[in-house]
Amino acid sequence: MTTLASATATTSAGSLAEPPARFRDLLASEWIKTRSLRSTPWTLALITLFVIGSAAVATMADKAAGSEPAAFLAYDAFPKTGYMTLILVAGSMGALTVVSEYSSGLIRTTTVAVPDRGAVMLAKAVVTAALWTVVGTAASIGSFLISQAILAGHDAGVPITHPDVFRPLVASALLAPVCALVGLGLGVLLRHAAGTMLTSVFALLMLPTMFSESNRWSADVKHATVSAAWTRLVQTWEPDPASLGYTATLPGSWAVYALWPLVAVALAVVVVRHRDV
Amino acid sequence: MTGRGPPGSVVHVIEVNELTKRYGAKTAVDQLSFTVRPGQVTGFLGPNGAGKSTTLRMILGLEEPTGGAATVSGVPFRGHPRGLRHVGALLDAGQVHGGRTATAHLSALARSNGISRRRVDEVLHEVGLADAANRRIGGFSLGMKQRLGVATALLGDPPVLMFDEPVNGMDPEGVLWMRRLFRRLAAEGRTVFLSSHLMSEMENTADQLVVIGRGRLIAAESVRDFAARSTGLGVVVGTRQAAELTAVLTAAGASVEPEGSAGAEKLSVTGLPADRIAALAFEHRILFDELTTRTASLEEAFMELTADSVEYQAGQTR
Repeated sequence: MTTLASATATTSAGSLAEPPARFRDLLASEWIKTRSLRSTPWTLALITLFVIGSAAVATMADKAAGSEPAAFLAYDAFPKTGYMTLILVAGSMGALTVVSEYSSGLIRTTTVAVPDRGAVMLAKAVVTAALWTVVGTAASIGSFLISQAILAGHDAGVPITHPDVFRPLVASALLAPVCALVGLGLGVLLRHAAGTMLTSVFALLMLPTMFSESNRWSADVKHATVSAAWTRLVQTWEPDPASLGYTATLPGSWAVYALWPLVAVALAVVVVRHRDV
Repeated sequence: MTGRGPPGSVVHVIEVNELTKRYGAKTAVDQLSFTVRPGQVTGFLGPNGAGKSTTLRMILGLEEPTGGAATVSGVPFRGHPRGLRHVGALLDAGQVHGGRTATAHLSALARSNGISRRRVDEVLHEVGLADAANRRIGGFSLGMKQRLGVATALLGDPPVLMFDEPVNGMDPEGVLWMRRLFRRLAAEGRTVFLSSHLMSEMENTADQLVVIGRGRLIAAESVRDFAARSTGLGVVVGTRQAAELTAVLTAAGASVEPEGSAGAEKLSVTGLPADRIAALAFEHRILFDELTTRTASLEEAFMELTADSVEYQAGQTR
């Protein structure tokens, strides 16, 4: 590989031939990092159980109240308490994947190993998105199944093939990866653990509660937030035309789901390329 | 001098050219130029805050220079999509996640560069961490973390290696092991660049020195040449006839300073070698009971030179 190395007969310098730089090696590397932390499986299992448990509690409370139409009862599978907590945990864990590297300085070791910083950040985003999609899907299907199991005993269950079931199911499954990616992007921008946590809680949970739906501009801001988009997407009934409030559109809410993580990851990639490590 | 040799070949030198880094009004590295060559251990010396770590980070592309450039094997390091096969670096042993095992930490790095899992076991064995491979890094001593950092640097079997203060926190046995490792890596034809503020360590390990102070180059030369710069070089003579000897030596062109206490007086002589002093004393029938040539330590040379640089710099900023 090197003239110098071959000139000095004793050397083995540079003897490992270089294979092509493959993105999937970076994915595998980030996956090793994720699964090698003891906190990962615990956190994921606990949050999944918590979300499913909150769906069970909400359904039982609603069942006790009685006579709602079946389609409305599907809504019980996706209670705010459970999914707001999922937003909090997914956002924080997404942020931690990068913040922990910055706070320990591991990011420098990583960057010397892979000078292509943008590719590292993309790999982190892909692994984070995949992991939280699995968790979100487990939580969402679990929520629905447990809720239906409770309602079936009450002759109020709806099958998973019901037209009003699929959209809430997908929206709830995707909530976790959307928030994890937003957290990751904020983590790259802020690099500081406490600051990142506060900002992601503020952006994902507090911001929408500051705006009401009673006037146009305020409703527009609210509808542009992730948790408001989720609320609209799991809502199975059509808005009352006589209502005084503004309701978000379904395509608009899906667009919010797509734009937040896209902007967060794009910003992260651009920033790591131009900032000193 | 250049990173590119004959066509198709690469010489694994680190080249730093007019490198400058400013943080706001503070200049951390000031138009620094030097070359680090293969087959030798090159020490990178300077007092704390001299800009050593900043320079290493710029060579590794972690920080963008304000001016100038640094190349490794003829190209900027940042241009490589994967780095471990080109340069191995230990910047700070603390740059690990305490929750991972040594194996997991190295496996993730190896995998990102398409390096086999077997190589991870090899380097862990090589640095003496085979028994701790599956323990979490959080429980490691600083010395063990340094060894893990060395394992990280060796992972890609690179032709160029850079270590920032590698012997910090090592026990004497570990220091000895590291010294041998650096010598061996250089003997294998690799470029070994080693920063330290421990002069004594350099005296035993390095062939060449790059000395900086306040971000500026003070010296770039062999260890022997550097030590010879010290003005402390001279001969110590112990005699009961101090006054007579002083007169004789001064007449012969030496400069003489009295040392020691009355009754057991010693003279510090510079400007004459020991054999000339002995001959003059014999000619004038002066009895001496001690004659020692003082070799300047690297430490003294370093202190002297960096002190100069600090004064010079302070004068400049005014």
